[in-house]
Amino acid sequence: MSFRTVSRRSQGFSLGKGRAFPYGLVHYHRATGTLVSCTMTTSATSPARESRDSVVIRFAGDSGDGMQVTGGRFTVETALAGNDLTTFPDYPAEIRAPAGTTYGVSAFQIHFGAVDVMTPGDQVDVLVAMNPAALKVDLKDLRIGGTVVVDTGAFTERNLAKAGFASHPLEDGSLAPYQVLKLDITKRTLDAVKDFGLHTREAHRCRNMWALGLMLWMYGRDRDVTVEWLKKKFAGKPEVAQANVAALNAGHAFGETAEMSEYGVGYTVRRARVTPGVYRTVSGTEAIAWGLVAGMRAAGLEKMVFAGYPITPASLLLHTLANLKRYGVITFQAEDEIAAIGACVGAAYAGALGVTSTSGPGMALKTEMLGLAIATELPLVVVNSQRAGPSTGMPTKAEQSDLFQAVHGRNADAPLAVLAAATATDCFDVAMEAVRIATTYMTPVVLLSDAFLAHAAEPWRIPDLDRLPRFPVRFRTDPAGFHPFLRDSETLSRPWARPGTPGLEHRIGGLEKDYDTGHISYDPENHARMTRTRAAKIAGIANGIPLQTVALGADHGAIAVVGWGSTYGAIHQAVRRARQDGIDASHIHLRYLSPFPRNLGELLRRFERIVVPELNNGQLVQLLRAAYLVPAEELSKVQGKPFKVSEIVEALR
Amino acid sequence: MTVTTITDAELQPKDYASDQEVRWCPGCGDYAILKAMHKALAELGARRESTVFVSGIGCAARFPYYMSTYGFHTIHGRAPAIATGIKLANPDLDVWVMTGDGDGLSIGGNHMLHVLRRNVDLQIVLFNNEIYGLTKGQYSPTSRRGTKSPSTPQGSVDYPVSACAFALGAGARFVARAVDTQQAQLVSVLQRAHAHRGASFVEVFQNCVVFNDGAFDGFTAKDGAADTQLHVEHGQPLIFGARKDRGLRLKPGKLELEVITLSESDVIPDGVLVHDETNRALAQLLVALEPPAWPVALGVIYCNPAPSFEAEVYAQAAAAGAGPGAPDLAELLMNKEGTWTVR
Repeated sequence: MSFRTVSRRSQGFSLGKGRAFPYGLVHYHRATGTLVSCTMTTSATSPARESRDSVVIRFAGDSGDGMQVTGGRFTVETALAGNDLTTFPDYPAEIRAPAGTTYGVSAFQIHFGAVDVMTPGDQVDVLVAMNPAALKVDLKDLRIGGTVVVDTGAFTERNLAKAGFASHPLEDGSLAPYQVLKLDITKRTLDAVKDFGLHTREAHRCRNMWALGLMLWMYGRDRDVTVEWLKKKFAGKPEVAQANVAALNAGHAFGETAEMSEYGVGYTVRRARVTPGVYRTVSGTEAIAWGLVAGMRAAGLEKMVFAGYPITPASLLLHTLANLKRYGVITFQAEDEIAAIGACVGAAYAGALGVTSTSGPGMALKTEMLGLAIATELPLVVVNSQRAGPSTGMPTKAEQSDLFQAVHGRNADAPLAVLAAATATDCFDVAMEAVRIATTYMTPVVLLSDAFLAHAAEPWRIPDLDRLPRFPVRFRTDPAGFHPFLRDSETLSRPWARPGTPGLEHRIGGLEKDYDTGHISYDPENHARMTRTRAAKIAGIANGIPLQTVALGADHGAIAVVGWGSTYGAIHQAVRRARQDGIDASHIHLRYLSPFPRNLGELLRRFERIVVPELNNGQLVQLLRAAYLVPAEELSKVQGKPFKVSEIVEALR
Repeated sequence: MTVTTITDAELQPKDYASDQEVRWCPGCGDYAILKAMHKALAELGARRESTVFVSGIGCAARFPYYMSTYGFHTIHGRAPAIATGIKLANPDLDVWVMTGDGDGLSIGGNHMLHVLRRNVDLQIVLFNNEIYGLTKGQYSPTSRRGTKSPSTPQGSVDYPVSACAFALGAGARFVARAVDTQQAQLVSVLQRAHAHRGASFVEVFQNCVVFNDGAFDGFTAKDGAADTQLHVEHGQPLIFGARKDRGLRLKPGKLELEVITLSESDVIPDGVLVHDETNRALAQLLVALEPPAWPVALGVIYCNPAPSFEAEVYAQAAAAGAGPGAPDLAELLMNKEGTWTVR
């Protein structure tokens, strides 16, 4: 069954119930022309809200329309309302693409609910389209029967042409499968803010707050925190603050007075059942930043030198850490990717935690310096927020295609540790773990994140800080018997001897060193021994990490679904759904990619099939096959977008 | 930032030498620079544990292995970046960058530009031999046009870069020049570089006996040096010549130097320029003087200090509340505005 929605600006239009309907939103059955309610569960005369387990909303508009802010504020209000949630911003690479074009569309998606929300959602329930281009780009993700809110004021002929519509989408029946709320948000916003004396352009920019107000009403959210936020944000321009608040309130009031719930668009989403504690929302970037600071503290180090060169989508970490100076973070925007990691190598040599961050192409530039850090055995954390490639690729789109590069991408035999974060909150733990491994084993550690995790946010229960791990560094101070490449018998790591320490003056470099003295050596047998020792040191990290566990399902059976990184949520939901359908599948998710946990091969051999979903053209699958000679199967997606749960479920059938 | 001079009066030049056998070619100018460095540090009473030598790749880059201080032999061209990280981690360390014309001006030209403009408190010593030595004699970015080398059998066609003009252009606030074999001046220039807070750039004309022998003979040969070298000193007139009978002045009405011959009397004419090491425009004129038409300017050509990069970075960190009493993690994570409690 399909519905058509017709909007009428109707002064005194009668609904046949004897009262005027002031805003004119009525739903007609397409075939019969009679008034229907699509999803209404309560009587038309007593406005009430329909209950939903979870909802996916996407705010989409021009990149100048403030969609990221709108989504961000909706997220905060939703978190405060007690829902579990995951968000995903999707914005264009162009800073200001020509207004109204499809490539200038910026979107923010939030999935929230009473249940365990693990992905931003496969399909959108509500699409807010602020212009025709947004409708054009994002409609394909709206589920059949879903709601689309459009700003009719932006559906001008010019904008329709820019978006490439041959016919008017609000009139040609193409939206028939959906519920459409046609609202002149532009005009209503301008009316709401007309008393504040803004220029037309400024007034126009309040449209997003009107839309936000309506959506907050639709899901029964408060708006107090947003009002406070607006006042603070525009503290220097009170009239702009007031106008935005007025637009927000007007959008909300519209929902209230239009009694839109009568037409099936007001919802209640129960609070999620969550573990007691203090919560906050956290993005992957924030969690990495805080995890690095926590790691630095856990290692007993006073300073972190974080050096980076701006690159999408990694710059956010530099920005975040630049505001954490008071916690001992020194940030340095270097002249290029090489200098950024070079400064970190220098900082590590001098006894600080060195951390650099980049994305794929920048990682390529850093490889020679990684080799130096491996040869000189200095601790270093390198965060790679992977993006679609090769080369410049699609800078704002997520991919997991730098795994080979992380594990093998250097000249010569140059092993290092590679970790991957699975979720925004996992980023905190993985960042701490990266610091632990780097300082314990005196090695560079690559932490793989991606464009999705960098921006994705979810609620985080702040851990009990007294129970965080501790792994204090012991700098060498004793000159007796010292040379720089003496090794710890257990970890094989060399001593960390800082300049400034009397009696430990020594020289290190990229040339091969003698195993027994640390001096330059070209001896063939010595080089073989050093090469094997460096490899053994990294392999030995497996002795200090947890055994691989199964995230969902049994530790043996028909199908092991093995993933890594930000695909965690989609794989987990897919395995859950498959299991509900009677498929004997288990979810195994790897945090440690080099070295692998020492039980991994044995664990994988307990399954008949091994399916490896990855956002690349098949990389982990090859590493697993190479390491364990298991018949792992590839399930790859390289569209710059996360997996949909359904895509993985299909592959398991 | 307060600067404390740490001295160790007991140490002799030989105490700054490491136990490693020096492996430069016999007769290489690098030996002279090493010797001058040992002497300069001994006279300064530099503490070995607080001194770090950082180098990239090339003949000059072997330098740290021959010092008894801390040393880091890194990768080609990147020593300025690594040294910047060392200073950011520990501003109290005394850090020298030892580089060459290929390392510092070719593969590492970008880092050199930025370390100078940032004014990181480092001493950067660029060994200029106008040739690639370690890779066996290819022409370098400072090689004169027409240099025949294995990679340019018909002679190079590109124009060379002037190390000091580059440094001044990059915003260096200390630029000096010396000759490897002229020990007294070299030691004194290294000491001035050490005293300068911020990036100090020292170009040393260094003879490569194997691939570019005699490249600087035109102005370093002992018999003619007095007539071909202009030793600049702050506050002193710019005069040269065996009999101190030539001086530099501005051509009337032009921003252009000219050499004038002085009379026998001791009185120096008004028009002769007096060296002002804080004057950048003068420094630019001086570094551009090239033989044989002009004497080569040596000594401290430009010195005009400003706060160093790492000092400014640390000042910002202190203003933000870093240092002793820095807040704990709870303050960072328990941001009241953004948290909620589930009971």
